[in-house]
Amino acid sequence: MPEPFRVILFIIFVMAFAGLNAAYLVWCERKGAGHIQRRIGPKEVGPFGLLQPIADGIKLMTKQLFLPKGVDPILFMAAPLMVMVPAIMSFCVIPFSETFVAREINIGLLMIFAFASVNVLGLLLGGWGSGNKYAVIAAARCVSQNIAYEIPMLVTTITMVMVTNTMNLNEIVRSQSGWFFHWYIFRLDISLLMPVAFLIFFVCSLAETNRAPFDMAEAESELVAGAYTEYPGMGFGVFFMGEYANIVIGCALSVILFLGGWQSPIPFHPAGFLGVIWGLFWFLIKLYALIFTVIWIRWTFPRTQFYQLLNLSWKVLIPISLFNLILTALQIKIFPWL
Amino acid sequence: MNGLMQQDVNQETFVLNLGPQHPATHGVLRVKLLMDGEYIVDAEPVLGYIHRMHEKMGENRTWAQFLPNCGRMDYLSALSYNHGYVAAVERAAGIEVPERAEYLRVITVELNRISSHLLWFGAFVLDLGGFTPLLYAFDDREQILDLLESVTGSRLTYCYFRFGGVYNDIEDSFITGTREFIKRLRKRMPMYDALVTKNIILIKRLKDIGPISKDMARRYGATGPVARGSGINFDVRRHEPYSVYSEFDFDIPVYDEGDSMARYMVRMDEIEQSMRIVEQALDKLPEGPVMAAKPPKIIKPEKGDYYYAVEAARGSFGVRIVSDGTNSAYRLKLRSPTYSNLSLFGEASRGMLLPDALALMGSLDLVIPEIDR
Amino acid sequence: MLLAKIKEALNSLYEDIQEAVEAPAAAEAEAAAPEAAPEAETAPATEAQAEAEAETAEAVEPAAPPGPRETDYKAKGYHLDVELPPGKVVAAAEILNRENFFIEAITGVDWIEQQQLEVVYDFNHFDELCRVVIRSRVDRSNPEIPTISHIYQGANWHERETHDFFGIKFSGHPYLVPLLLPEDADFHPLLKDFKA
Repeated sequence: MPEPFRVILFIIFVMAFAGLNAAYLVWCERKGAGHIQRRIGPKEVGPFGLLQPIADGIKLMTKQLFLPKGVDPILFMAAPLMVMVPAIMSFCVIPFSETFVAREINIGLLMIFAFASVNVLGLLLGGWGSGNKYAVIAAARCVSQNIAYEIPMLVTTITMVMVTNTMNLNEIVRSQSGWFFHWYIFRLDISLLMPVAFLIFFVCSLAETNRAPFDMAEAESELVAGAYTEYPGMGFGVFFMGEYANIVIGCALSVILFLGGWQSPIPFHPAGFLGVIWGLFWFLIKLYALIFTVIWIRWTFPRTQFYQLLNLSWKVLIPISLFNLILTALQIKIFPWL
Repeated sequence: MNGLMQQDVNQETFVLNLGPQHPATHGVLRVKLLMDGEYIVDAEPVLGYIHRMHEKMGENRTWAQFLPNCGRMDYLSALSYNHGYVAAVERAAGIEVPERAEYLRVITVELNRISSHLLWFGAFVLDLGGFTPLLYAFDDREQILDLLESVTGSRLTYCYFRFGGVYNDIEDSFITGTREFIKRLRKRMPMYDALVTKNIILIKRLKDIGPISKDMARRYGATGPVARGSGINFDVRRHEPYSVYSEFDFDIPVYDEGDSMARYMVRMDEIEQSMRIVEQALDKLPEGPVMAAKPPKIIKPEKGDYYYAVEAARGSFGVRIVSDGTNSAYRLKLRSPTYSNLSLFGEASRGMLLPDALALMGSLDLVIPEIDR
Repeated sequence: MLLAKIKEALNSLYEDIQEAVEAPAAAEAEAAAPEAAPEAETAPATEAQAEAEAETAEAVEPAAPPGPRETDYKAKGYHLDVELPPGKVVAAAEILNRENFFIEAITGVDWIEQQQLEVVYDFNHFDELCRVVIRSRVDRSNPEIPTISHIYQGANWHERETHDFFGIKFSGHPYLVPLLLPEDADFHPLLKDFKA
């Protein structure tokens, strides 16, 4: 079909996917949390509580959207958008399967990181614009946490770009074809610390999206709801959706960079439409395995202390990722067995 | 601590209100914090939100009519409060308690202590961000609540003791149920230990956080796990043995470090020690009546004042009775352990970060209705 | 052991009272306790002398002698009952602080018939069981007593609560505002003539 129609069709699909994920990841989280905590989770609304997110969405939408007195109206209203929109836009370059990508951009990886940084700005504006001391404290914490954790994430990404020679996400996935030990996480010949690089990337993506145990920005038992304290109804709902969309992006990137994207573990790849479905299936399995791990981690560990969080980044993750960068460079140059 | 408003609130500091409605203050407690960025310059707890004036009720009611009030103060370890009040009146009026009743009192009080510590454990880790252990602890606690309900009729605010004994005897199902429960909890404690106590994030949140020195504990009158976590070997059950505690063999866990981790470990160890006491009490449980042979219908203690102290879950709970020879108290003073424990928060939290101060507050094990009475 | 030691130490506070009441016994007390100033050091007199002197005072005066009284712990729940005038309470607190007692509670009792308010201090010791009760009676119409919150910081809240309930002013208290009652409360609930 002609290119513009294809792009529009895929963008619609991508936005639907993002929206559906944001809604149903909440369901996954609540069910997962329930079973980890020895209870069931939502079960009343629909079979297995599957209609719960819809009920929550309707509830949030029927709440009155008002501007509390003392907020800065522009900042207050812009903040949720700044968190939600970049996350959804980043979905355009994620390759769900070989031909199943909205737009294959040469600098796809760079684009995703560019948009991820806007997320922090949104939280900062939301906290500041709320005019609430709790929110300001939370926003300040958020900014310093995000800056600290973007660095190891970017250094690790630079390492991967160095290895793959391309920033095109689909190319990166293609270069991992074959058996599962061709996936970059297992490629110890490229860098001995490749699994460590995956861990660093995964932990940083947890911290970037303010998920527990790094959820200082919304530490419930300390700052009520942190940067989101003053947001009523759907304003909070949009923040929430943005957070889950970011989680999906973070996990999707981890899967693409390290776990082979839509590649299957065996070198069998049917042609045509079946091949598309085959790739899609493997991508989604890996993606949701990682998302389940994210949910699992949230309900298992307590929260870290703020300076310990920053210590972890500056004193542990950054040195290790820099070391990995140098090690990879050495390994590529001196042992060119690729 | 002086009033915050008396300090100069200069440009660099701001007042943060940890309001009466806050997920971390267990109950309605308000803490006014003078903050310098993230650091606390001064903290002032503001009390009185759940003040019901139990002491005046003690004067307006007869001795027996006050019994239900006891469970409403520290609702988590209500039986200890029952015990303190009932024993104080028994001391004042010279009422003897049969041995079986004393053993039943000890068994139920220790079970109550375990359930209080389990709830503290869940709520404390919840404050730190770990949402899950709360529900596991509540599972164990539910069993205790069922056991105690079969004996006392209540799940939380017990009113089981009477002057001269207890009002209800236990059945065999209670004894077997308790032994089953202890066996089950003994199997689960290593899980809590491995999953929560040895968790590196928790250790980093609690170790060396919120130090309370021995002298500070002494000057503020802190007792219970707060004092025992600072190296003070003081437990009313050992120090001033009452009821039949001198017949049991149990240890008093004391940790010297004085930080939040020490107080945490004291309470976790106390759960095990309470289980030991309950086991020994069940083994040694004598036959006999559970109520004094002829308890006086109307109690008229001699004039004078009397004091009785018991070890509640949170520290030494003291009851001071001033009697004028009539059917009700002339003055009833309830010395609540958490009141003294919380008073050191202002001095102890100076210069700390806010999350550390909240960890300290959680480790003090606050129950606000007990403070406010 | 601790009981005897603290009893003797607190006895030194009674010197001027005993002097006023009983001259010969007081002279002996002065000889036994060389320190002249009533508020201060623990008298390094021998225990036997102090006990003997206390007994003499008891024997001479049939009424309750001024001095620390040992009570029957089993019946009452405390070991030492010390009745002091309001001015001596700080000195007593200092003596107890030196001996590492901890403060359990401070409260008040309204003796409306005698038109007096009684402030009761409970002290206890971590190492050896010895509960010391210090009492002091103040005038009901103008109740004032010096604070001990500079010695025992825990007294800060106890005194605020006693002020809330009885209206007793603790002079020198840094922040005597209502603790349990609302900030603007001007009533004192535990007084016997309080009508809600």
